[in-house]
Amino acid sequence: MEIFGIPTQALFGQLLIGLINGSFYALLSLGLAVIFGLLNIINFTHGAQYMLGAFCAYLLLNKLGLGYWWSLAIAPLLVGATGVIIERTMLARLYKLDHLYGLLLTFGLALIIQGIFRNEYGSSGLPYPIPEQLTGSRNLGFMFLPNYRAWVIVASLGVCLGTWYVIERTKLGSYLRAATENPALVQAFGINVPRMITLTYGFGVALAALAGVMAAPIYQVSPQMGADLIIVVFAVVVIGGMGSIMGAIVTGFGLGLIEGLTKVFYPEASNTVIFIIMAIVLLIRPAGLFGTQK
Amino acid sequence: MKRKVISALVGAAFALVAGTAAAQISDGVIKIGVLNDMSSLYADLTGQGSVVAAQLAVEDFGAAKKGMKVEIISADHQNKPDVGSTIARTWYDTDKVDVIVDVPTSSVALAVNQITREKGKAFLVSGAATSDLTGKACSPNTIHWTYDTWMLANGTGNAIVKTGGDTWFFLTADYAFGHALERDTEAVVLKSGGKVLGKVRHPLNTQDFSSFLLQAQASKAKIIGLANAGGDTINSIKQAAEFGIVKGGQNLAGLLVFLTDVKALGLPIAQGLIFTETFYWDLNDATRAFAKRFSERAPRNNYPTMIHAGVYSAVLHYLKAVEAIKTDDGTKVIEQMKKMPTDDPLFGKGYIRADGRKIHPAYLVEVKKPAESKGPWDLYKIRATIPAEQAFRPLNEGGCPLVK
Repeated sequence: MEIFGIPTQALFGQLLIGLINGSFYALLSLGLAVIFGLLNIINFTHGAQYMLGAFCAYLLLNKLGLGYWWSLAIAPLLVGATGVIIERTMLARLYKLDHLYGLLLTFGLALIIQGIFRNEYGSSGLPYPIPEQLTGSRNLGFMFLPNYRAWVIVASLGVCLGTWYVIERTKLGSYLRAATENPALVQAFGINVPRMITLTYGFGVALAALAGVMAAPIYQVSPQMGADLIIVVFAVVVIGGMGSIMGAIVTGFGLGLIEGLTKVFYPEASNTVIFIIMAIVLLIRPAGLFGTQK
Repeated sequence: MKRKVISALVGAAFALVAGTAAAQISDGVIKIGVLNDMSSLYADLTGQGSVVAAQLAVEDFGAAKKGMKVEIISADHQNKPDVGSTIARTWYDTDKVDVIVDVPTSSVALAVNQITREKGKAFLVSGAATSDLTGKACSPNTIHWTYDTWMLANGTGNAIVKTGGDTWFFLTADYAFGHALERDTEAVVLKSGGKVLGKVRHPLNTQDFSSFLLQAQASKAKIIGLANAGGDTINSIKQAAEFGIVKGGQNLAGLLVFLTDVKALGLPIAQGLIFTETFYWDLNDATRAFAKRFSERAPRNNYPTMIHAGVYSAVLHYLKAVEAIKTDDGTKVIEQMKKMPTDDPLFGKGYIRADGRKIHPAYLVEVKKPAESKGPWDLYKIRATIPAEQAFRPLNEGGCPLVK
């Protein structure tokens, strides 16, 4: 059987690949959405923090001999901690100002971090092996699915849904959401709002670093890896609706699928299709698919 | 007051005389502009290394001893033709640059090729690949130095078809370079009786190739030809390993692979790859000595790629030509460069054809197995040497209007 001249079997494979790429979009846009939703900061350092996660994994492996699974736990903590420092020393001073200031600061930081790593490690990137337990691939009948990629989908879905649950369904989440609506009132109830915001930023950054560790075995660990991705991820967040957690997750996976299909039917447009969709969505629903007009 | 005016006039007159006395070197300085990718996927194989190579050439030429003032400046064209064009125009018009060298990314090189011709300056291409630079886009102001798509296709394509790789699927970077490389390789494959089963064009600087690799896998072609470069090639090869392409019986043909790419991939993944280069640091004592000096100054102590070697060789020959005719007028220098045979420690003796093609031998190399490698940069085995006369496209087949 064929659809538009492509055998259905091949199409299944492509859809699966799209989902895998979508997992990265979802993880990254989730972090961005959390940060924007709760801090109102457009975190342009996100791509650099994703790259930091990958480099952290590389350095842990090559300097300390700590493998992938350790990195999965340690890298987000370390990079998240740098996020906390950035929030405390710099971002906290900008909350009263226009969004643009936060954007400029984080964009500048991203350029500096990427520049430092490029000077130190070059642009070709560094190899990172796939963890032993996940090497190899299985035959699904319609394609060979590398085990590692299967793990990426599962892990990313788990993290995304867990985050959504915490923010939308738990008491902690309701504090967070309340703090964005009316920080003064929440503070009056005896909750330390600035600390909560700092930790939220740290968590968003840790999500980026986690995505970075997961990406390291697939892509080269290179200083540019985040810069290449961040623009797409921003488009995903805008399409999903700035600040909407579910929006970020659903659009992340959805756009991965659409991009995957574009790679089959018209590969030349595969890096523009997301922006075309963004333009259309903004025309029809300026607040994004899942966003609410403020 | 009057005296001051007179002395100023006299001074000006002297300055004028001095100007003519310093022969035809415009403003007394030979200014070389190294224009390439300093920050993105081609930065390791061109980038700052090319600036180092140009500096070494100026030193080895002995410009200072000969009383010639040579200055080197550099810029990042970000692989964008519009950015590259703006820099080239500013360099020629206001910064008094006499010659632009390197310029990887064929689309940018083609733009600079046109501007250089308009301005009557000189352009020495080392980084860009498209064979159109000595074909339909050839120019009396441009020399294409190191390699080109025809030479890569001829070297690698022939070798692979001969060993039984007669059905191909192309993974092509979607811009001037990829198209030219695909076109030239396809011609070789068809000529040798092979077949092209399909092709897919991916945007420059793509992260994920799995979708394209899956299409290549489905085509059942014996050879997957990678008509891309730098970071794109690295990611294609890495992900092909992940999807078990080679284990499944298909083989990869990296049509343009550089030393730094192999280094970045690591031997466990890159071993066995076969491709064509015109320079390898471990060819002889002279190349080894150069590599050592280069590495001392290069970023991260990298070893030179063939593009770096080409920049060195081109700048050296350029300076010799300027010395011979005592002018830095672009058109005249290029003409002189074509008249003089070339000779340098990296490429040996060679010459430049009327269409602007520099001629030297090419090498079919194979990436070593991890066990065979004795050092961090000991990466290639030379499988065959393609003699200079056979390495590049015959003069009459390029369609260059300069060839009568």
